[in-house]
Amino acid sequence: MKSMWNKIINKYGYPKVYIVIFLVILIITAIIQRQDIPGLFRDSIVRIGMNSVLVLAMVPSIASGTGLNFALSIGIICGLLAGCISIELNMTGFSAFMTAVVVSIPMSAVSGYLYSKLINKVKGDEMTISTYMGWAIVSLMSIAWLLLPFKSPEMIWAIGGKGLRQTISLAGRYDKVLDNFMNIKFMDMNIPIGTLLFFGALCFLIWLFMKSKTGAAMLASGDNPKFAEASGINVDKHRTIGMVISTILGGIGIIVYAQSYGFFQLYQGPLMMPFVAISAILLGGASAKKASISNVISGVILFQMLLTISLPTINKLMPEGNLSEVIRIIVQNGVILYALTKVGGSD
Amino acid sequence: MEKKIVLKLNNIEKEYFGNKVLKGVNLTVKAGEIHALVGENGAGKSTLMNIIFGMPVIHSTGGFNGEIEIDGNQIEVKSPKDAMDLGIGMVHQEFMLLPGFTITENIKLNREITKHNALSKILGPSLKSLDIEAMRKDSKKALDQLGMTVDDWLPIAGLPVGYMQFVEIAREIDKKNMKLLVFDEPTAVLTESEADKLLEAMKKLAGQGIGILFITHRLDEVLAVADNITVLRDGEQVGALTHEDATVEKIAQLMVGRKVERIEHEIMQQNESDEIIMSVKNLRVDMPGEMVRDISFEIKKGEILGIGGLAGQGKIGIANGIMGLYRATGDVLMNGKKIELNNPKRAIEDKLAFVSEDRRGVGLLLDTSIEMNVVMTSMQIQDKYLKPLLGLKFFSMQDVKGIREWGNKMIKDLDIRCTGPAQYTRRLSGGNQQKVCIARALTLEPEILFVSEPTRGIDIGAKKLVLDLLVKLNREMGMTIVMTSSELGELRSICDRIAIVYEGKIEGILSPKASDVDFGLMMAGEYSSRSKEVV
Amino acid sequence: MSTQMELKNKKEKKFNILNILVQNSVPIMFFIICFAGIYASKLNMNYILNELVLRLDRNLLLVLSLIIPVIAGMGLNFALVIGAMAGQMGLVAIKLLNVGGIPGLLLAMLIAVPFALLFGLGTGKVLNKTKGQEMITSLILGYFAMGLYQLVFLLFMGTIIPVKNPEIILPGGVGLKNAVDLKFIQYSLDNIWKLNIFGIKIPMVSILIIVLFCYLIRFIVKTKLGQDFRALGQDIHIAKVAGIHVDNKRLIAITISTVMAAWGQIMFLQNIGTLQTYSSHEQVGMFAVAAILVGGATVSKATIGQAILGTILFHILFIVSPNAGKNLFGDAQLGEFFRAFVAYGVIAMSLVLHAFQKRAMAKQKAEESEAQMD
Repeated sequence: MKSMWNKIINKYGYPKVYIVIFLVILIITAIIQRQDIPGLFRDSIVRIGMNSVLVLAMVPSIASGTGLNFALSIGIICGLLAGCISIELNMTGFSAFMTAVVVSIPMSAVSGYLYSKLINKVKGDEMTISTYMGWAIVSLMSIAWLLLPFKSPEMIWAIGGKGLRQTISLAGRYDKVLDNFMNIKFMDMNIPIGTLLFFGALCFLIWLFMKSKTGAAMLASGDNPKFAEASGINVDKHRTIGMVISTILGGIGIIVYAQSYGFFQLYQGPLMMPFVAISAILLGGASAKKASISNVISGVILFQMLLTISLPTINKLMPEGNLSEVIRIIVQNGVILYALTKVGGSD
Repeated sequence: MEKKIVLKLNNIEKEYFGNKVLKGVNLTVKAGEIHALVGENGAGKSTLMNIIFGMPVIHSTGGFNGEIEIDGNQIEVKSPKDAMDLGIGMVHQEFMLLPGFTITENIKLNREITKHNALSKILGPSLKSLDIEAMRKDSKKALDQLGMTVDDWLPIAGLPVGYMQFVEIAREIDKKNMKLLVFDEPTAVLTESEADKLLEAMKKLAGQGIGILFITHRLDEVLAVADNITVLRDGEQVGALTHEDATVEKIAQLMVGRKVERIEHEIMQQNESDEIIMSVKNLRVDMPGEMVRDISFEIKKGEILGIGGLAGQGKIGIANGIMGLYRATGDVLMNGKKIELNNPKRAIEDKLAFVSEDRRGVGLLLDTSIEMNVVMTSMQIQDKYLKPLLGLKFFSMQDVKGIREWGNKMIKDLDIRCTGPAQYTRRLSGGNQQKVCIARALTLEPEILFVSEPTRGIDIGAKKLVLDLLVKLNREMGMTIVMTSSELGELRSICDRIAIVYEGKIEGILSPKASDVDFGLMMAGEYSSRSKEVV
Repeated sequence: MSTQMELKNKKEKKFNILNILVQNSVPIMFFIICFAGIYASKLNMNYILNELVLRLDRNLLLVLSLIIPVIAGMGLNFALVIGAMAGQMGLVAIKLLNVGGIPGLLLAMLIAVPFALLFGLGTGKVLNKTKGQEMITSLILGYFAMGLYQLVFLLFMGTIIPVKNPEIILPGGVGLKNAVDLKFIQYSLDNIWKLNIFGIKIPMVSILIIVLFCYLIRFIVKTKLGQDFRALGQDIHIAKVAGIHVDNKRLIAITISTVMAAWGQIMFLQNIGTLQTYSSHEQVGMFAVAAILVGGATVSKATIGQAILGTILFHILFIVSPNAGKNLFGDAQLGEFFRAFVAYGVIAMSLVLHAFQKRAMAKQKAEESEAQMD
């Protein structure tokens, strides 16, 4: 019995195993409480779709050796900007969504490129620096949101007539445009097939890229930069490619997120988003040095199911206080902490 | 009066993961004696020193057998602190000096003189204040003993290397109960005049009754100061000479000597072809620890050329420099054409391949499959094992099937023990990892294969396989091989010629059948001064 | 050999002047920004100075507690928040016991100590497992600990920990209120002895306590313990071979920092007068780190002077930015965003500069050893 437990721990790692057990307990509790189980599953799927691309964004940066991308907020901001532009152009529906995505790509590419130039000079300290650079840029952007010359009345503050609002609604534009794509009803509920398909397509593209010559070079750069240099691979160049793709996915990811959520959250919104994505991929079994698409899928499923199911279940158990939120903080940060102890040098 | 025995080692044995590095060494050092310990690399000198000084690496790998006696009492040394308490001091090869501290603070590191204050009486001795004045007095004394006149409150950063070496020594002699002082290759980084000063200081210390154990490969120094000399070879003590008996030749021969077991190989037909495939002129390589200063030699097509020499003398730097892994200058011509240095990609494009001595550091992608390890370099530089995506040449995709086939072939041909081509190389044994590295080099279809330390860290059985493989490549495929190794034995067993490197230059080139004395003298740099003819 | 020495010294002198300029570039830049800010805010100096003294009184001890871990090579202690939470636990305790005034304050400090010691040891153990990544670890550990704190104060109070006082417990009976009134100890330290110099009110006892801690830090650095810290801060491996208990010393360093942070938070709150149970401590780590960096400290070097200078400059910025933002751009909010940007930006820049310095030094070391080979 013990050796089977050890084998499972060795294969999947402590966090994943414990969280799965916790999840199972939660589900059982939910059933006992007679919660709307189908509804909960449907909500989980919606949230999984919503967050999926942001988690996928972690793969290229980890694979290329830059580690966990705490500066994903840079890509997120590019996505938000592109989204605002699509609204300013008074676009609606699927074309608006695609415009936002397409506009975000060059912005993300350029910022990702510039940022990687910095990151390549601080190898070994990427994580701490990315965290603070990310936060600094979010704050700088907060000033920019106030000053940028947007005119659309949906986005501007009613009083003052200048500066973007904190939250910008997508109702009537492309709210749920992917979610509602291919209206499949399952037990009376909408399953967001569109979003999942979109995510699947991006996964496929990334998978394809990893199987290319450049993808192989990138994996080598991440696994062992010295090997890569000796094999004539330009490590810095491939780290840059990884960061650029990660930033682009961050931009696309926030647009996917917003269409499902229904709102663009500006200003301090992107501040903690990288952490959520990082916890998810770590939960899925990735480490700071190695990540695969399967980590993304299992991680985002586990994390979002946990959040969705824990909220009503735990609140019913203990209506006082925001216990589910507290659990989220503990799980989210605990997972990252655990991953760090695996990276760190304890002699 | 019979001098007191300070250190006695009885039958010291040590194994590292099944590999016996010390096979029963006996050593005695008396008070006031300078005892030199000589031997090739891998002979076991450093391991012996680590045991005496209680270094953590010994205890974390299974401890050792045998007894250590200090002043006639059998003792256990479980940590460097124990060693220090027992009166054993060590002057390390890599300085253990803190650059931001002054000379005095380094001399007194973790042995600072303290005095009580109000808080320390309540909260404990670690809060005692430093008595800087008393510390400076002591360190001035130690510096005087070594004949050093320098401001003891200067920070270490920025001092010349010779000064730093002396501060290392001052730190040891400041320890009041110093009975035995071990010097590990102390003159390796010193200039000639600094080295002379060091030997002077050593004699002075011995004169004060301290026993000195002195590891070196510079035979002239040994003859200059040693009272007694112990020669280690392959973990065994093969000679004990006194100052009167010793000559450079005798020591050299003992150092190198013929192994009882030899790796048997068919006597190779001497390669008739004298066609030169590569010619190296005035090569200089900036590889930290293995500097190449000025090396010129030629490689004959189809031969197995060995490059040997003691550690740190530069042999490892040669291949690393030619392959572009470290900054190099000089002229390297291949088939008459000058090749570009400092560019790993060009080196490979010029049909050179390299199996690095740093298997895990440079040679492998540990968290990647065997098959990817094998084809990676070839894929990136030679564009092999690629397929265009949907016919579009711009998108080159990995040829998964081709890679799998080749992976399987390599595993079969080189007999790599694994669960399959998809297994991560981290899981393989040292020998099999080495084979993966060789497979990767072979995939490049090179004209010249450089191999460094091919059998390092591999068990005996696998060693033979790797060497056999190299011979096979040479005989059956006509591949020119340049093999760098610290193990003279293996060089002599398969090479056609062997070049010995000393202090960054070629000391000479010998036939594998040359005498032990010749090899020993070359490795110790004494050959050229004895003008013997090369065979 | 002597000419070699001279050459090296000359090279170092030059290097030193450049070094000083680079090292002090951050405070110099901030002087400029602060002057600009003071001018733009159009606030009067008397108000600014009074606010400044107040903020120094509140924050200096927290900033000072960052110094020892930096000396011991553990980088910037972003887990300062953990010590702050221990301090808050002390305050909650005296609220429950209903002890006010100076005795209450001292009691709070006393009660906070065992918590801070425990938390400090825990923090140290985790940091020892992640040598080389201490800063990101302490950052995440801080968040994690905040989660645990919320668990205890939101959910265990009133249930597992039997507390019924309606003044502090939420209406539901479970969980500490969002704001706990601390008027009964507010200004207790400050009011003991106040001086009025040119219209600026100075709380003398608080200042004296801060000065006491400055001396305490200097004292520690000059003891055997301090010497061990300094050795660790330079090279862990060499310290280990010399026989220093690396892990233990690091534990002690972080624990000292945590205890000082606990008292620092208590001093902060005795001046504010209200405990925002779930948010008073949130930004503590970030603001303290930003402050000391503004003063010119780096990941590997921090002095008392830098702590004081940095806190002064950083808080001047805090005081003037809302008004400056309003006057320049018509939006006070902008000033606040600018403030946050500065705080994050200073830390980010320091981290980057430190990383650059590390590589430059490693390169120099490699070049030096090459030169010696000749």
